[in-house]
Amino acid sequence: MEKIKRTIYIIAILWLRQIKRYIRSRTRMLGSLGQPILFLVALGFGFGPIFEKAGGGDYIQFLAPGIIAMTIIFTAIFSGIEVIADKQFGFLKETLVAPVSRYSIMIGRTLGGATVAVVQGIIIFILAVIIGFHPLITLSFPLAFVYMILIALFFTGLGTAIGSVLDDMHAFPLIINFLIMPLFFLSGALFPLKNLSQAINIAAMINPLSYGVDGIRGVLVGQVHFGLLTDFTVLVAFSVFILFLGSYLFSKIKV
Amino acid sequence: MIEVKNLTKKFNDFIAVDNLSFSVKKGEIFAFLGPNGAGKTTCIKIFTTLLKPTAGEVFINGINPVENPNKVRKLFGIIFQDQSLDDELTVLENMNFHGVLYGVAKDLRINRIEELLKMVELWERRNELVKNFSGGMKRRLEIARGLLHHPKIIFLDEPTLGLDPQTRNHIWNYIKELNQKKNITVFFTTHYMEEAAKVADRIAIIDKGVITAEGTAAELINITNTNSLEEAFLKLTGKIIREEGEKNIDQLRMQRKLWKR
Ligand SMILES: Nc1ncnc2c1ncn2[C@@H]1O[C@H](COP(=O)(O)OP(=O)(O)OP(=O)(O)O)[C@@H](O)[C@H]1O
Ligand SMILES: [Mg+2]
Repeated sequence: MEKIKRTIYIIAILWLRQIKRYIRSRTRMLGSLGQPILFLVALGFGFGPIFEKAGGGDYIQFLAPGIIAMTIIFTAIFSGIEVIADKQFGFLKETLVAPVSRYSIMIGRTLGGATVAVVQGIIIFILAVIIGFHPLITLSFPLAFVYMILIALFFTGLGTAIGSVLDDMHAFPLIINFLIMPLFFLSGALFPLKNLSQAINIAAMINPLSYGVDGIRGVLVGQVHFGLLTDFTVLVAFSVFILFLGSYLFSKIKV
Repeated sequence: MIEVKNLTKKFNDFIAVDNLSFSVKKGEIFAFLGPNGAGKTTCIKIFTTLLKPTAGEVFINGINPVENPNKVRKLFGIIFQDQSLDDELTVLENMNFHGVLYGVAKDLRINRIEELLKMVELWERRNELVKNFSGGMKRRLEIARGLLHHPKIIFLDEPTLGLDPQTRNHIWNYIKELNQKKNITVFFTTHYMEEAAKVADRIAIIDKGVITAEGTAAELINITNTNSLEEAFLKLTGKIIREEGEKNIDQLRMQRKLWKR
């Protein structure tokens, strides 16, 4: 009992640290909102007419869930860079010599990073509503946040895993862009997944982000591709896997 | 309290610590003196579970850090040679973070944080972000933080580097008091000879991963037939102050390169 309480405290203090750092670095906060806002406005108004002519319906309705997901994954995965920063600025040593399990440290950090990502996603959600997105307000509305949390967890875990094995802060964004851009473009965030070539379909199917985008869009707009339950199950499985992998790699860090 | 048996650490082919054996008794203040690159920090990293030895064994209070890292982590506090604070947090937040990590109960934590921050003269600035602090202030905070959980052993890797004499005095007085009242074992490295002579019960001189002499300051002066620890150190290692020594070697190398051209 005492042990559980202590573990919770440790997770909480690590979580709190991430939150405080986020609130204090307003430039980072605003900077990471810039790209999704640009996508939302430029694509929304730029492609909207074509999408509608092609019979796709209101493009903002389709696009907004994808951009919300985009905000979350980028914020989430980039929190992995903090692992590298903590290595370089020495703070990681402080946590690594403490008599606490590496798993609690990893969980606390991941929850912190994921919380920040979800908050950023909610900010974009609100902005999308302001520029004309109409989410369905039904009983299942809160489910949208479940999907947001799941993709946030998955991508924070992935970021931490990558941050654990990398030592170079400059290499991180390069690797991330190389990895994330294809995931993002082939996730159904920007265009529907139906009627696509077999190759793209397969790529989308093994992409965890597809399920996150599909889940959020399913709840908020009512358009589903894979099915809400499938989305949920696949995301949970992916997240659990990556959290284990991330914890393992994190526990192997040398300082 | 610290038992080192035939400890060796290699980085690839380079031998940083070479078949080292020594021990530190409970309640002792033990100084590790040696030129740059002698292997002092490497030893401390092994004692504090951050590195694994290539060969040999270490026991901290009878526990092997390789086999039982978390048990060993409960025993010690450490002040690292290089920085280890979170710059984006305030003084108090850094201290509290440490306290929670080490399970220091809340009331105790509040009292001790105040006491330690007053000792290092940072209490007035407790709500400021660490990133705006000078190097010496950060160092003082790191020392206060390392002592917060009153560990059984404290490792200090060049704790007083860059601190003014008055602050150094304060800090050593506090550590000595802890050492006497709570029988805390102190293991430190320093490049200030007079500090080692004044504070340490026993001193080991390490050079190129090997201990070349060990004893009280008086004993070291005696066996080398010199007048001060400074001179004894020079005789034992062939170096005065490592920073300068290194720089001279570098300069010589550069000159040689220039001549070759
Ligand atoms: N991770 C590492 N990889 C390779 N070599 C290392 C590593 N860490 C230390 N070394 C080498 O081991 C030797 C001992 O380093 P160490 O940091 O223990 O010296 P030190 O006695 O603490 O010196 P200083 O007085 O400068 O702090 C040095 O030659 C250093 O270059
Ligand atoms: Mg050192």
